Amino acid sequence: MSTTEQYTPIQDTGVGKKAAGPVGWLDDRLGLAGVAKKNLRKVFPEHWSFMLGEIALWSFVVLLLTGVFLTFWFQPSMTEVEYHGSYLPFNGLEMSQAYKSTLDISFDIRGGLLIRQIHHWAAALFIAAMIAHMLRVFFTGAYRKPREINWLIGVGLFSLGLVEGFAGYSLPDDLLSGTGLRFVDGLIRSIPLVGSYLEFFIFGGEFPGDEIIPRLYMAHILLIPAILLGLIGAHMLLLVYHKHTQWPGPGRTEQNVVGYPMLPVYAAKAGGFFFVVFGFTALMGALLQINPVWVYGPYNPSEVTAGSQPDWYMGFSEGLVRLMPGWESTFFNYTWSWNVFIPGVGGLTGLFVILGAWPFIEQWITGDKRDHHLLQRPRNAPVRTALGVAGMTAYGVAWAAGGNDIIATKFHMDIYTLTNIFRVGFFVFPIIAFMVTKRICIGLQRADANRILHGYETGVIERSPDGGFSERHAPLPASQQYTLTAHDRVPVLEAPAETDENGVAAPHSRKEKVRAKLQALYYRDTLDKPTTEDVQHAEEHLGEIDGHPVELGDEFQGVSETGVPRVH
Amino acid sequence: MSDELQPVSDTEPIKDPGLAEHQFRPQDVDESQAKRTERQIAWMFRIAGLLFFGFCVAYFAVDIDATFLGWSAQNFAFGMTLGGGLLLIGVGIIQWAKKLMGDHEMVEMRHPSASSEEDRVAVMKDINAGIEESGFGRRPMIRNSLLGSMALLGLPAVVLLRDLGPLPHSQRETVWKKGMRLVNDVTGTPIKPSDMQVGQLVNGQPAIVYETDADGEAVLHGTELLQVKSKASIIVVRMRPEDITASKGRENWGVDGILCFSKICTHVGCPISLWEQQTHHLLCPCHQSTFDLGDNGKVIFGPAHRPLPQLPLGVDEEGYLIAMSDFPEIIAPSYPELARDQKKLDNKS
Amino acid sequence: MLLLGLVIAGGAYYAFAPKPAEAQEVTANDVEAGRDLFLIGCASCHGKNATGIETERGNNYGPSLIGVGAASVDFQVGTGRMPLAQTAPQAPSKNPEYTEEETRQLSAYIASLAPGPAIPDGEYTDIDKANVDDIREGGELFRANCTACHNSVGAGGAMPGGKYAPSIKGVSAKHIAEAMITGPQQMPVFSDDVITPEDKRNIIAYVKQVQDQPNYGGLGGGGLGPVVDGMFTWIIGIGGLIIASIWIGAHGARVKKKS
Repeated sequence: MSTTEQYTPIQDTGVGKKAAGPVGWLDDRLGLAGVAKKNLRKVFPEHWSFMLGEIALWSFVVLLLTGVFLTFWFQPSMTEVEYHGSYLPFNGLEMSQAYKSTLDISFDIRGGLLIRQIHHWAAALFIAAMIAHMLRVFFTGAYRKPREINWLIGVGLFSLGLVEGFAGYSLPDDLLSGTGLRFVDGLIRSIPLVGSYLEFFIFGGEFPGDEIIPRLYMAHILLIPAILLGLIGAHMLLLVYHKHTQWPGPGRTEQNVVGYPMLPVYAAKAGGFFFVVFGFTALMGALLQINPVWVYGPYNPSEVTAGSQPDWYMGFSEGLVRLMPGWESTFFNYTWSWNVFIPGVGGLTGLFVILGAWPFIEQWITGDKRDHHLLQRPRNAPVRTALGVAGMTAYGVAWAAGGNDIIATKFHMDIYTLTNIFRVGFFVFPIIAFMVTKRICIGLQRADANRILHGYETGVIERSPDGGFSERHAPLPASQQYTLTAHDRVPVLEAPAETDENGVAAPHSRKEKVRAKLQALYYRDTLDKPTTEDVQHAEEHLGEIDGHPVELGDEFQGVSETGVPRVH
Repeated sequence: MSDELQPVSDTEPIKDPGLAEHQFRPQDVDESQAKRTERQIAWMFRIAGLLFFGFCVAYFAVDIDATFLGWSAQNFAFGMTLGGGLLLIGVGIIQWAKKLMGDHEMVEMRHPSASSEEDRVAVMKDINAGIEESGFGRRPMIRNSLLGSMALLGLPAVVLLRDLGPLPHSQRETVWKKGMRLVNDVTGTPIKPSDMQVGQLVNGQPAIVYETDADGEAVLHGTELLQVKSKASIIVVRMRPEDITASKGRENWGVDGILCFSKICTHVGCPISLWEQQTHHLLCPCHQSTFDLGDNGKVIFGPAHRPLPQLPLGVDEEGYLIAMSDFPEIIAPSYPELARDQKKLDNKS
Repeated sequence: MLLLGLVIAGGAYYAFAPKPAEAQEVTANDVEAGRDLFLIGCASCHGKNATGIETERGNNYGPSLIGVGAASVDFQVGTGRMPLAQTAPQAPSKNPEYTEEETRQLSAYIASLAPGPAIPDGEYTDIDKANVDDIREGGELFRANCTACHNSVGAGGAMPGGKYAPSIKGVSAKHIAEAMITGPQQMPVFSDDVITPEDKRNIIAYVKQVQDQPNYGGLGGGGLGPVVDGMFTWIIGIGGLIIASIWIGAHGARVKKKS
């Protein structure tokens, strides 16, 4: 930590006198000063996109707090009872204990409805924030060495978050959650060979049984949160150990990290953000109704409602199941339900496997084994960015397909046509998205190169003596020029050696050829940044448009509406 | 501060100009600005405190049934006071950090994630010593038997889970059997063919669902009832006989154009009753599988594979609709042994 | 308390709902007037004698109205579905073209052609007569028979071919009952023999209860469920918190030099 400022010893300051005693007492017993010394003033770089993961973290804390409150009243039991609570339309209705206690929390416990709604909103936000955070990490290449393990932990958190959310969605035992469980029952059954066994073991007999809600409850409040907590701890520890990545810029290099110290600035900002997230979810709970279980009614396997949907984060899985054609086959006297297994089980597993494997695939393709602490702008990795957008498009199509009935009614479309469009679109749209995104990235790279070499457009239009019009360009400030060029060059690609150093045909040459091809594809069309000569050459000519030197100082900041250069 | 570590590279077109000069905030320059900011932040905290107090007042003052804007007044009051207060605290703390706390950007050097080479060598040496001294490598018998027993420890762990549920038993049968009446769901009233008009849909159940024993207690209740319903629920529809193309062997399964199908989708088991009386198509609201009830429940769209099972109908002495047998096809979502079970079912009939 | 709200809401609803037509006697004059209206407004599709018109392909241009009964006419004309504005997968409800009086006359004329379902008796569309137990049972029947298409708050749902189960919000009790009796368009029939008139009244009472009761938790998504929740999560939740993040990360006002 390199700071030149000197501070008075802790016991000599007004507040410190009180703190010095306890700090000393604790250190006598725990010896934490060594660790604290390194970390209390640890530097974190600042950027809004670094706070997406924090949203997820604080939503999780809100979930823990509100979840504890809900457990005081929720009864995870499928025992049948007759309802006689405050919600009169259900007076005398037979329902499960779980559903009844959810109604009680909503109608008879003061503040219960609010906490339930905060809990549900926080859950939806938790997963949304994890996805947003994951996209940020993906598109900026922050998962590269040495952070692959942390990326894997993140994928683990994401997958467990989905399961945790689904378990929670199932607990109230209302018509929607029961319909969701029925779907999961079908999903489990579709697993080849062992499906029926898994179904009977998980549900404790034939669907719906009377075990699933207590079991899901255990998973929802103990097992999965404990694992989530452990993984979040590991995620944070690794974050601290690796130190946060940062955007390139003046004075920001691969060897340092520039920002504000944990104590007090970052602790205050992060701590304050917790209150913001909590307050925000509380306001959502106050103003926006979520999952009104009382309108759905208790679960009954012979009832269903139009617009039966899972919570949004399972929407893509639901959509894949809707898009899949009805394939089922019989081999070896067994039934194989591809129509459920491929999109349902395969879709979820596929997503996590691709996410988890990507850093290693990319590393293998590029052969880049260096440590990276500076983030990449998405445009400077066009193929990765385009692949990411293609993936998002495929996810988006599946997601939209999960709500195709709502889209059909709201936009007066034929639901079959819509399904068919999505069936084709699931394969075609990502390809289009890939091509378009890659072109946009390369276009942006060109624009960057232009701004470095030819300066930025000032908006001043000049008329030359022979009547031609041109726009004045002015050089970028050095700091911006540096920021735009502070990224890796496109490597010089070499064909793999056909033979090893002894002249013998290399055993892995086929694999190496594939790799070389992929590497060429990965870097194809990527625009390299200008060379030193380019810049020198441009500097000699910049400021001369049609031979007229531009007399614009560093202070020039464009023109006003009347065309007068704005200088301050 | 850090630039000396940056290798000077010829390929870099622009040199790193280094950290920009620090710029001060108005609060750093002008103490009166700082005081104003301090007052602002303090007011945020004070109002937050008042809101929390308001929460407690609302807790006791607002009636649980009161409404506001057509919403629960309590939920609104609690959420607005709690959320508003939390938000103000958060904004206040962040504003404090942004405007008044130290503002100098600091530079911290990174260290390679990997340990130093000598540490690695030392660790490898220690591990080697551990392997060597334990004889883990030299005494394969003891090692392998240990590994073997550890692997077998997995068996009790798996076997212990055996009682999670019964072994899957045959899913071939439902409660339907010859002579069981079809009754209307919820009301439990039996149905006569004359009760049904062309284009009519009845969401039905087997009569046993509403049967009571001598004490007036329902025969089925709780989980058992739900399990029965999740397989035996039916829909009964009436079409013009000329609109029905019954496949071979099914010609007499209907009564005057009244047909009965399982209400449980063959895809993942949602109950389906979205019946279009003019096209005779039945749509599943969950995944949009569509079955043609005029054509033996054939799948005409969507992810379902098997046609919707049909229940053969008859009429008893009192003129009510009854089942002539159990479903000849297997109900509910597919499972691995389905093909085998279906064969057994076919052989039985 | 809830019951009180229910009673008030029900009463308010009833005050604005069209009065059931059953009170008036049907006279020969009504039939005659209805026939005149029919010949002008309906016969071009349904034929001069209301026997329908067949197209060359054997489809119905306008279906036969023999035996559809007064309930069907009252529903189709009273909700504005008939006369049809243009061909579409499904006739949408719109502002009625005919006055109540004219609708009554048309119904009388069609009913005079052949027996069919009559307009339900006012007793069975008066949801104030439903007590708490009736509403509960109405809810069970609603979930067993209606929610699959019309959704659990009656917001409607999708059907194939651009068709849809319409929203039943703001539809009068009489029209809901008539729809169940007659099965308009693709909707199946729910005859009085199976779902009794009392059952129907209870169903309607439950629907009105669910639609008129407060949205306890705040702004509802129109009963569309998790899809809307997901939209709110991303747009309001993540959107709002990203704005907060940008504010936290922003550098704010700076001055040139320390004085």
